[in-house]
Amino acid sequence: MSSGVAVDLENIWIRFGDFVAVREANVSIKGGDFFSFLGPSGCGKTTILRAVSGFLEPSQGQVRIGGKDMAGIGPNKRPTALIFQNLALFPLMKIWENISFSMEVAGASTAERRKRADELLDMIALEGQGDKYPSELSGGQKQRVAIARALCANPDVLLLDEPLSALDLKLRQHMRTELREIQKRVGITFIYITHDQGEALTMSDSVAVMKAGVIDQIDSGHNIYDHPSTPFVASFVGENNVFRGKVKEIKGNDALISTNRSGELLSRITPSQVGKLSVGDDAMMFIRPETLRLGKADASSKTTISADVINEEFEGNSFSVFLKGDGDKSIKMSVPNAGQDHISSRGENLSLHYDATNAVAMPAGELASE
Amino acid sequence: MSSSTVIRFALGAYLLVFFSYLLGPLVVMSMTAFNSSAFPSVSPWACFTYEWFDVLLNDKHIRDGIYYSFIIGVGTVILSVSMGLAASIVLTQVWPRIRSTYYTMIIAPILIPGVVLGISTLVFWDRVGQFLGAPDGSFLHGLFHNGIFLTILGQSTFIASYAMLVFVARLQRFDPGLTEAALDLGATHTQAFRKILLPFMRPAIASASVLAFLASFENYNTTTFTIIDYKTLTTVLAQKVRLGINPSISSLAFIIIVLTIFAALAFEAVQRNGRRREAVAQGKANPPSKGIIPPFFHGNFAAFALVALAFVVIMMVSTAQSHSPEVCKQQVRDARQIEIQQRIDALKKSRALKEQQSNSEAAEPDAEPAPASSGAFGGVFAPSNLSADEEEPEASEPKEGSGAFGNVFAPTNLDSGD
Ligand SMILES: Nc1ncnc2c1ncn2[C@@H]1O[C@H](COP(=O)(O)OP(=O)(O)OP(=O)(O)O)[C@@H](O)[C@H]1O
Ligand SMILES: [Mg+2]
Repeated sequence: MSSGVAVDLENIWIRFGDFVAVREANVSIKGGDFFSFLGPSGCGKTTILRAVSGFLEPSQGQVRIGGKDMAGIGPNKRPTALIFQNLALFPLMKIWENISFSMEVAGASTAERRKRADELLDMIALEGQGDKYPSELSGGQKQRVAIARALCANPDVLLLDEPLSALDLKLRQHMRTELREIQKRVGITFIYITHDQGEALTMSDSVAVMKAGVIDQIDSGHNIYDHPSTPFVASFVGENNVFRGKVKEIKGNDALISTNRSGELLSRITPSQVGKLSVGDDAMMFIRPETLRLGKADASSKTTISADVINEEFEGNSFSVFLKGDGDKSIKMSVPNAGQDHISSRGENLSLHYDATNAVAMPAGELASE
Repeated sequence: MSSSTVIRFALGAYLLVFFSYLLGPLVVMSMTAFNSSAFPSVSPWACFTYEWFDVLLNDKHIRDGIYYSFIIGVGTVILSVSMGLAASIVLTQVWPRIRSTYYTMIIAPILIPGVVLGISTLVFWDRVGQFLGAPDGSFLHGLFHNGIFLTILGQSTFIASYAMLVFVARLQRFDPGLTEAALDLGATHTQAFRKILLPFMRPAIASASVLAFLASFENYNTTTFTIIDYKTLTTVLAQKVRLGINPSISSLAFIIIVLTIFAALAFEAVQRNGRRREAVAQGKANPPSKGIIPPFFHGNFAAFALVALAFVVIMMVSTAQSHSPEVCKQQVRDARQIEIQQRIDALKKSRALKEQQSNSEAAEPDAEPAPASSGAFGGVFAPSNLSADEEEPEASEPKEGSGAFGNVFAPTNLDSGD
């Protein structure tokens, strides 16, 4: 099977009338990578994918697949295959006819098509079901048929538009692993769209986080989680506690922030923003719930937060403790379940400690709305 | 009596009245096809006969009419189904802001009277011919004055709109993502149309074709202007009504009714069979047990009714070969003869009586009462006024002084056929 082919988006703008759906997107995807676009609903993910597959021409900029400019090349001539948000299986065709549709339009004989379809049915663990119709399959099975149909076209790049969004949680988790395995086996470039961050982080080599048509950060899943470059990424990916304030002092890669509510707190500056933050700037500091620990009160420590408990929730593997935080936002701390009955009681004042390397500071900006 | 019983009774009565209103005329008409009386009637019942079917099959005008109606129907189906399909697809692609205007424009021919469409078709193509400068006798001139060509075009102007309505309803349920998926998998636009959209539209194409054919077959308003020197079934029938009809028309109606019931039952039987097979495939029903009855008939009442109807028709056709109403007709003739004789005798008697009473009075001219000298419309609809250019044999002896319906209802007609 063809090995991966690189995809480059260079300064892509996509407009619908006056509305800008995608703004200045610059992405380079390595051949054979599993690349994800992650962002809230309506941020322009599908629009980007349609520009790559050829269903719409960008208003400005260049799409290159394998180094070749795709301007003016229609979707049926591009080496891409798209798995649609709603799968779009052909309801009047049998499963094997669906899978081998790309061969049918290329003029392959029935015997050839049947043979290839049976091979692919084996691969997606649906052997012997080729004569059914799509309406006779379960959601997960349809999903796999859609993947097989796209792979049958031998694309260099497989584009997947939230293919798992219609599935229930269990199946979704199962399909994630399966997709990743298929990708490793066929070795082609996958471009995957999702608004589920768990999906993006577990499967991808690289993730692009989008906000209202703008790509905020492109990085590995690990870096997106640990080193977010904007307040939007920090608050959209995973859970995060935000502390607003002004920069009081900068020492190398660390900043001392005078927060509105919790006094002076020490934090490292997120790598991409080092040098862009100066004393007196409005800043935001993020600390993840799982990096907060209970400790003794220590007024002189710059990594201790004192707050009153609002309530506590039991979540099975952990307890979530919510404390009065900055403005209307509460501070969340998660404590692993080690057999305790409870962690705190309502109204109790707690001292929370953290490690300065687990906190990230960056210039203030827009947060992801919940 | 509880109120629900009252309601149910009222509903039953209503349905009875409704269906007799709907189907009564058809039943009566079908019966008249088997009465030997020369004018379509049920009472007095003369003799059971198949002879009107014979008359029908030997009537060249009706045969020609059916033939041309059929040709025009097929032409109209082809033209209006393709135009309707194209129009409906354009409707889904066109710029949303002009969509409703476009829709109104496309639907307008349905609202325009058929007469107007007929006349404008005639005039328009005549002008087109003149504009192109097609001389008399040239192919184009012939085409633009050809009744079949013009009728197909004239009927398609509004039948295409009907077809489009059928297609639009189906297209609304089409997922355009399917076409995109096909394109994405390497299909050309033509392949995507042929392999994805067309199969999806197939049921709608079938029903639009049936609709278009029936609409064409029964059309009169437009056809009567565009048909020129040809004839269709409707124009032949219209002429016959003017010139006097006999029960062969009823026998044609009977044949059409039987064919319709046949088609409806066949459709229903196939549908039921499909539903049953689907239910079996989904495990919601048991597969039919192997027995003497073929699986097609399993729980399929329509299929049984279909077979029963076919059986009745075959029986009728075979008895028609041997059934001879001659004896009965002879009896009716004899009875009539005797009756007439008695009436003549009675008349003679009364005349003799009158002569005796006053010798100066003139004798009555006729035994039978003569029809009034003119009907409500005078001689306007008398066949002689309309059939000047038609070589209708029936038109050769128009009776003078006939009423609005020609001599159709003249009582003398009732006897002449026996
Ligand atoms: N054909 C179009 N005409 C006008 N606006 C459009 C069109 N297609 C998309 N948009 C707009 O572009 C924006 C991005 O849409 P897009 O479908 O890319 O979102 P998305 O990120 O895929 O969202 P989701 O996760 O809900 O699928 C939306 O605000 C949408 O309203
Ligand atoms: Mg989308």
